[in-house]
Amino acid sequence: MPATIEQETTNHSIDFDREVGNFKYKEDYSYDAGTGLNEDTVRYISGVKDEDEWILNFRLKALKVFESKPTPTHWASKDLESIDYSKIRYYLSKGQQPSRSWDEVPDDVKETFERLGIPEQERKFLAGVEAQFDSEAAYSNMKARLAEEGVIFVGSTEGLKEHPEIFRKFFGKVIPTGDNKFSALNSAVFSGGSFIYVPPGVHVKQPLQAYFRINAENFGQFERTLIIADEGAEVTYMEGCTAPKFETTTLHSAVVELVALKGARIQYITVQNWSENVFNLVTKRGMAMEDATIKWIDCNIGSRLTMKYPGVILKGRRARGEVLSIALANNGQHQDTGAKMIHAADDTTSNIIAKSISVGQGRSTYRGLVQIPKHLKNCKNNTECDALLINTNSRTDTYPAINVRGNRNSVQHEASVSKVSTEQIFYMQQRGLSEAQAMSLAVNGFVNDLIREFPMEYSVELKRLIDLQMEGSVG
Amino acid sequence: MSSLDIRNLEIHVEGKPIVKDFTLNVPKGEVHALMGPNGSGKSTLAKALAGHEDYQIVAGEASLNGQNILKMEVDEIARAGLFMAFQYPSEIPGVSIANFIRAALTARLADNEELDAARYYRRLYEKMDLLKIDRKFTARSVNEGFSGGEKKRCEILQMAMLQPHFAIMDETDSGLDIDALKIVSHGVNTMRGPDLGILLITHYQRLLDYIVPDKVHVMWDGRIVRSGGKELALELEEKGYDWVKEEVAVV
Ligand SMILES: Nc1ncnc2c1ncn2[C@@H]1O[C@H](COP(=O)(O)OP(=O)(O)O)[C@@H](O)[C@H]1O
Ligand SMILES: [Mg+2]
Repeated sequence: MPATIEQETTNHSIDFDREVGNFKYKEDYSYDAGTGLNEDTVRYISGVKDEDEWILNFRLKALKVFESKPTPTHWASKDLESIDYSKIRYYLSKGQQPSRSWDEVPDDVKETFERLGIPEQERKFLAGVEAQFDSEAAYSNMKARLAEEGVIFVGSTEGLKEHPEIFRKFFGKVIPTGDNKFSALNSAVFSGGSFIYVPPGVHVKQPLQAYFRINAENFGQFERTLIIADEGAEVTYMEGCTAPKFETTTLHSAVVELVALKGARIQYITVQNWSENVFNLVTKRGMAMEDATIKWIDCNIGSRLTMKYPGVILKGRRARGEVLSIALANNGQHQDTGAKMIHAADDTTSNIIAKSISVGQGRSTYRGLVQIPKHLKNCKNNTECDALLINTNSRTDTYPAINVRGNRNSVQHEASVSKVSTEQIFYMQQRGLSEAQAMSLAVNGFVNDLIREFPMEYSVELKRLIDLQMEGSVG
Repeated sequence: MSSLDIRNLEIHVEGKPIVKDFTLNVPKGEVHALMGPNGSGKSTLAKALAGHEDYQIVAGEASLNGQNILKMEVDEIARAGLFMAFQYPSEIPGVSIANFIRAALTARLADNEELDAARYYRRLYEKMDLLKIDRKFTARSVNEGFSGGEKKRCEILQMAMLQPHFAIMDETDSGLDIDALKIVSHGVNTMRGPDLGILLITHYQRLLDYIVPDKVHVMWDGRIVRSGGKELALELEEKGYDWVKEEVAVV
């Protein structure tokens, strides 16, 4: 009985107003790499950042790889062909030095983040915030106590400059440049993203948050995030994303690498709410050493096409990997999401729970890969994918690809597809809920058991985003 | 002013007339029973009045407290005060009863109003006690895995919480054993009063021993063919529906 009363408390936490993501300010940039991509673009970005020679070379090599790789249209969607790389702007910023206080952030940028509720969240429950506006972090700050403990939380530009010894050791090691066409693209033109290092044994109790905002049209955002939790360290990182609605396409192509050393824990939470013109092509992978845990919580709402399959390489014994994902594909959207679990040591465990919702003409695809080679023993995987369809036109596909060898390992796989019937909607409407509210409730019910795993602030926000999507879908 | 007023209603399902020239007036505060054999169109009438889009109203009028409900959306009709206890309630996986009823109540509030959580739970528990529903049910998903009787009790719980002006109860008695029937009837009788009108759809006289109606109407092939006092139900029980059929044939 008290359980339901406790749920009550989720209602009066933070009042984000992400509904207002659809606004933009006049473009006024000091640094602009222009339109199109070639060696000069890469040199410009590297020059602006005043990078070391090795980084420039890394970028130039990546550009070659990007150019040589075909667009993977066979894989998910022909829609990828509509990206015109020559029309995109690859770097836009007002400067490379993020402010440490909101007062110093340029007014329009500050206002953007205020409208999105960021400074307020920082005061309420975050240990640190980085706010990226187009290509660079405009604001970056962390509680002083964490700095004293040796925690590093800066933008990638600053990380490369100030902490090259740690950065270089892990950079590109979890996701090599040539992993896929978009990881190569990111490696060539990356800018922004977070660099985090948590020293041995340090537990960062409150989450660190990054906020990615696209403001400019015809723009590509290519942040690069690297998080290292040293032995026995713990950290939770959360990212939120928005962009205004443009007529033209916008590209978001991030690379995120996580390294959890012996006994460390990393939890990475994404709540994306891209507008429907954004191609969201992101590569995310973690490496978990002995007794380490990496957990991805990935909520994909909005965008035109999202292709994202967070993964964990279970490299040390008893390592644990987990992906909990929710994808909502509304009219005109395609969510191609999933998870990868690469078991590379004995006694490793992985868990994948993926829930997708397709509304109207929306399309969702689950694509998984679980690999347990023959020589390993006592490895376990559990995969559950559930799809919910609202409206008969929507479509869902599941490609689980579970590749388990040997007889000393175990896997469990369950999949389900269910539909919200018109009778269910009628029933809820008969109780006084609007059609959109009824649909939201059905969706919330569908993801409910998964959302319980999320930190409270994020479950509240997710619920709001679902409400907004449902409102939009009934017009 | 009359509470539910239905005049010369004709309802089609998939192009076929199911309810024809149906006229009925239930004044506020009264309980009317609508009886009739299977397939006579009782549920069709109920769903059409609730605004279900599969049931086309091709002629006639229907108003609730003087307000025309025929042009309104399902949820608008509900918020205007019409409640329907379903013959076959839907399941809503993952949505707890407590959250569902709270959402329904919240939908009735103005934008700047908020539901008082403590008061809400107090009321909810009070109504659950009245209907002898275990408090553990608040956390159960709406109707999921419920027995037939539990579903019906859950419908009445919602009715008690939402306090409609008018309730159409569609075969609430079916699937109830005698104990459950008594509990549900007691719950409904507790709600009876000058502010609530009820149209009690039932197949059997049994329910009317517990919820005593002010009037009884007999429906046959989409129309009301007899109306009378509560003794009509007994007569019907005795003579069976064939009796009505023969009478209709004579007319
Ligand atoms: N959704 C529907 N689709 C097709 N026919 C229907 C539908 N609902 C009701 N009917 C038909 O309408 C008639 C009346 O059914 P119903 O209203 O359920 O009767 P009752 O509730 O009195 O048993 C039946 O012949 C039934 O088959
Ligand atoms: Mg019926």
